[in-house]
Amino acid sequence: MSRTVTIEPVTRIEGHARITLQLGDAGQVEDAKFHLTQFRGFEKFCEGRPYREMPALTARTCGICPVSHLLASNKACDHLLSVSIPPTGEKLRRIMNLAQLTQSHALSFFHLSSPDLLMGWDSDPVSRNIFGVMRQEPALAKDGIRLRQIGQTIIEMLGGKKIHPTWVVPGGVNEPLSQEKRDAMLKLLPEALEIAKRTYAFFKTLVPKFKDEADHFGTMPTLFFSLVSPKGNLEHYDGFLRVKDAKGNILEDMVPPWEYERLIGEAVEDFSYMKFPYFKAQGYPKGIYRVGPLARLNNANACGTPYADVALAEFHMLQESGPIASSFHYHYARLVEIIYAIEMMERLLKDPTILDTRVRARARSNRYEGIGVAEAPRGTLMHHYRIDDDGLITWVNLIIATGHNNLAMNQSIRQVADAYVDGNNLQEGMLNRVEAVIRCYDPCLSCASHAFGQMPLAIELKDAAGHIVDTLTRG
Amino acid sequence: MSTTTTSTANRITVATTWLDGCSGCHMSFLDMDERLVDLAQQIDIVYSPLVDTKELPEQVDIGILEGSISSEDDLEKAKAFRKHCTLLISLGDCAVTGNVPAIRNHFKLSDVLDRAYRENVDLQPQIPTKSVPVLLTTVKPIHSEVEVDVFVPGCPPSADAIWYVLSELIAGRKPDPSQVTRFGA
Ligand code: SF4
Repeated sequence: MSRTVTIEPVTRIEGHARITLQLGDAGQVEDAKFHLTQFRGFEKFCEGRPYREMPALTARTCGICPVSHLLASNKACDHLLSVSIPPTGEKLRRIMNLAQLTQSHALSFFHLSSPDLLMGWDSDPVSRNIFGVMRQEPALAKDGIRLRQIGQTIIEMLGGKKIHPTWVVPGGVNEPLSQEKRDAMLKLLPEALEIAKRTYAFFKTLVPKFKDEADHFGTMPTLFFSLVSPKGNLEHYDGFLRVKDAKGNILEDMVPPWEYERLIGEAVEDFSYMKFPYFKAQGYPKGIYRVGPLARLNNANACGTPYADVALAEFHMLQESGPIASSFHYHYARLVEIIYAIEMMERLLKDPTILDTRVRARARSNRYEGIGVAEAPRGTLMHHYRIDDDGLITWVNLIIATGHNNLAMNQSIRQVADAYVDGNNLQEGMLNRVEAVIRCYDPCLSCASHAFGQMPLAIELKDAAGHIVDTLTRG
Repeated sequence: MSTTTTSTANRITVATTWLDGCSGCHMSFLDMDERLVDLAQQIDIVYSPLVDTKELPEQVDIGILEGSISSEDDLEKAKAFRKHCTLLISLGDCAVTGNVPAIRNHFKLSDVLDRAYRENVDLQPQIPTKSVPVLLTTVKPIHSEVEVDVFVPGCPPSADAIWYVLSELIAGRKPDPSQVTRFGA
């Protein structure tokens, strides 16, 4: 008797999703699918709007990484203006991006994933959440809240708001940094770095305990895709595209971001509102690749800041050789990137030119097409616009960080389900592991649907005729 | 916000969910930061994307909805919240007015879907239909489908505004969010 198990909603992720597992006669997993269940339609409904509205509008694809959309959108607009923005304007944009990386990675690690790591996959689902962590590990929960708060506070100091700030505009930023704000931000960073280093050191002690998960949580050969700096180092704001294969060979390097269409295609499957990008040269679905913290660290020659480079060297020791293959290590990579972001913010804030008042280039639109690419916390984000003579949007394509990982997330849930799910003896903890591998990717599904999960969980076992033969509920 | 089963019966229970929004309103809730720890002493989050309890309990004191109603799933969730929650809060501009998601109402739904899944595509152009919710032709604010008790506008409403609304409700007063919010801000 073949059966379908539905996990809905997938919780402790951002957005609306369900997972279905097809079980065969003997209770073995025959298929696993990750469904995005929200659709939004930005690519169409932005038509007719002035391009200058696009940064504020497209930031509303996501409340966790609005700064990424703000930046990718403004970079597409810079391209439309054909301007290069003043160096201080660029540095200020970078600071806001790194502050967001810090708060978003803190949210993923502490608020969303730490309950699994601290309490265990099989622990009581009623308290397996950040509020449970507040009771069980108050010091760690406090660290998480504080680290996220520091990131959000820096965003607010720059942009006037923690969520959906403005301030970044086509051509640069609309206000220079004051000395008072610079000093106030610099004061926050030592505490942030202490928390980041403390958490990293603690997490390293956990890693050996999760060897089994590391072997089965999306441990597979894929390509890795990210921006790198002109020196091939870790980069989040600008730079060039690099594609590495599972063995560590560089297949594409120093590709200007506006050539993204040469590298990436998008396919559609009938079971998800999230599209399936693939690396064109290897076709679909063979051209599976991963983006985000794991890919960025696998692709980077170095981070370029002292503590982060020590941590990067330790990251590469997680495996004997080659790019780190397990998606479980997204958590590790995220913590390394937090350290990097804090160190880099400090460097930028101490730069003598950071208080320069020339922060914006002014121009009107000078091209009909603009492409802006940046690294969002979850991976490479692409905004591509066309406008008419009046500066009104005629066409939009968005490729969202989470979308790139769609093929990888689908393969990963299959792998976890094969390793842990026994259809003859379903346990809540087994299904939580299937969800947990998705949490490694820290998907942002409101983005990915340019699209967003939620309803009572009921796992229904149906027979081939669609009759419910068993129900398992949680919570 | 304790979710233990041992929590006392007189604690206020709260359920939250997101419909068609960007999660920014929930993030603003988390921006209450250390006040979350105080709040956890006074309320129980019994259902939310932030916790694993996946079934909306029979009776909840306060329900909070973010986002607008764009799909049949959203509509079902809004109705379930209305049915099971004594007091319903419409949180944020998407919930209160339709905001950004409702911009698609200017277009035909099929055109919006075609752009995403037939035009901007290299392979297998098709509209997803399996195991995904049916979209409504018109995106609507929450109160157009179910009765709402408290409106908290903002995109998103600030953490201070959310703190104020919850504190007033916990104290047994009806909050007046117009003092601490404005549309779009
Ligand atoms: S009101 Fe604003 S912050 Fe809240 S869900 Fe809508 S777009 Fe996001």
